[in-house]
Amino acid sequence: MLKNRHIQGWLQASPLTLILIGFLILPIITIVVVSFWQATEFSIIPAFTLENYEFLFGSPVTYKVFFATFKYAVITWALTLAIGFTVAYYLAFHIQNQTTQIALFLLCTIPFWTSNIIRMISWIPFLGRNGIANSMLQSWGVIDQPLEWLLYSDFSVILAFVHLYTLFMVVPIFNTMTRIDHSLIEAARDNGASGFQTLTHVILPLTKPGIMIGTIFVLTLVMGDFITVRFMSGSQKANVGRLISNDISLLQYPSAAATAVILLITVLIVIGILLRFVDIRKEL
Amino acid sequence: MEKKSKSFYVLTAFFGLFILFLYGPTLTIGILSFQGPGGGLTFPMQGTSLNWFRELFQEQAVGDIWGSFRRSFALGLMVMVTTVVVSVMGGFAFRKRFAGSGILFYLIIASLVIPSILISLGVGLIFNQFGLKIHWATSGFGSQLTWTLPFGLLIMFAVFNRFDKSFEEAARDQGASPWQTVRYVVLPIIAPSLIGVGLFGFTLSYDEFARTLLTAGSYNTLPLEIFGMTTNVTTPVIYALGTMTTLFSLIIIGAFLLTVWILGKRRARFGSDAGKGV
Repeated sequence: MLKNRHIQGWLQASPLTLILIGFLILPIITIVVVSFWQATEFSIIPAFTLENYEFLFGSPVTYKVFFATFKYAVITWALTLAIGFTVAYYLAFHIQNQTTQIALFLLCTIPFWTSNIIRMISWIPFLGRNGIANSMLQSWGVIDQPLEWLLYSDFSVILAFVHLYTLFMVVPIFNTMTRIDHSLIEAARDNGASGFQTLTHVILPLTKPGIMIGTIFVLTLVMGDFITVRFMSGSQKANVGRLISNDISLLQYPSAAATAVILLITVLIVIGILLRFVDIRKEL
Repeated sequence: MEKKSKSFYVLTAFFGLFILFLYGPTLTIGILSFQGPGGGLTFPMQGTSLNWFRELFQEQAVGDIWGSFRRSFALGLMVMVTTVVVSVMGGFAFRKRFAGSGILFYLIIASLVIPSILISLGVGLIFNQFGLKIHWATSGFGSQLTWTLPFGLLIMFAVFNRFDKSFEEAARDQGASPWQTVRYVVLPIIAPSLIGVGLFGFTLSYDEFARTLLTAGSYNTLPLEIFGMTTNVTTPVIYALGTMTTLFSLIIIGAFLLTVWILGKRRARFGSDAGKGV
């Protein structure tokens, strides 16, 4: 029996499957179930109700917060894509020496392995009222008064998102770019394409899978975030993640669960659309 | 080699700015953590001192930093070992293209893209409903695996997609048992990638915040402790802590990268006995 590859495969994948069942599938099922439960001030009661969803869809706050979440996601996506593509393009096509290429690539990825919280905190001396940005702008005479919107604003939230997540664009785009056959680029040049034409007609289409994977990462990370928005906006801005975490801190678990279900459905729809453009299994 | 074009210099400048953007803030708090005793959270520096680092080492001055560091370190090691073992087994499994592997693959992707707070909330709810005690080494451990395992597995998929099967066939032709083939042929070849998986496992766990928020229980991990400090600590001591943890992370990353590099060197030197005669 052990010769059967299906059984062998499942045996080898069993630890993985068990972990995913226990800590991914069961938690989601629990959230869905609890989202239909009732809550009192102190406890949750397993009695079926739709009031969590009724409240959620009846509240104008919900729509505002979902809109803000999409706004953060789209702006961050556009910025990380522009920066990430440029950086990856530079590394893949302008750095000829492979050792230099690996070294520079590592330089881009090392922050990914350090703490996000610390990286957020490290913006405070830059953006504060008396921070580096304000004092520089003042000493140059660009502004008279310190800018108030640098910290604890949409600006600082998006800045932190771009700072934290551009790597998630650089890595997959760089990965697909390095696999582009260089003879294709030579062929384009031989046929008289300008550098810009080669970029838009040859490199960009071939890099699409990497762009899609980066997009999936950035959109899901931003849409599911609650801590960056909370920290960088000084609790003045909200997104869906913060709505959930606020309910949790008030012990309103059923209400948090209902919001979480809607967030999950939204994220899955976005991913579902993106996966139509890329076959992840083929890209690995 | 062609002549460097104008776009090369423009892009180099852009890349330089990007690196400055990535590292500038971290360097800034690195400098500010040496702020004099009277100094605040931003420039100017009121002299330089080790005052804020000293405060970190004083018991009770700023919460349970060392306890949380020990917990984060232990948890990081647990997650690292589990991630490597489970990812390798998973990688081997997926080579067999077993029935249902497609579903499992999308489950792994789901684990990667699902908002962290859902895992935190869901696992917390399950433990509460079943009357289990929430603890960083149980609920926190499992929650973090849902974030580290997808990375480990994606690396393994990438490795095995590029794996030259003729090595295994050669071993089998020479009479190696399946276990010997894995132990003496496959594992040594994929070893550098396993170190990469370990790096992801440890560092992602060590820095994880959202998935441990509701699953760590009464004892905080380091990121939770640091986040707690941001709301009530208004001195550069938080920069000192940030600098210390970042340095620790850099040392860990450096150790992993060095190991990969040494393995590569060794392989270049001892890997082939071609031309040496028997």
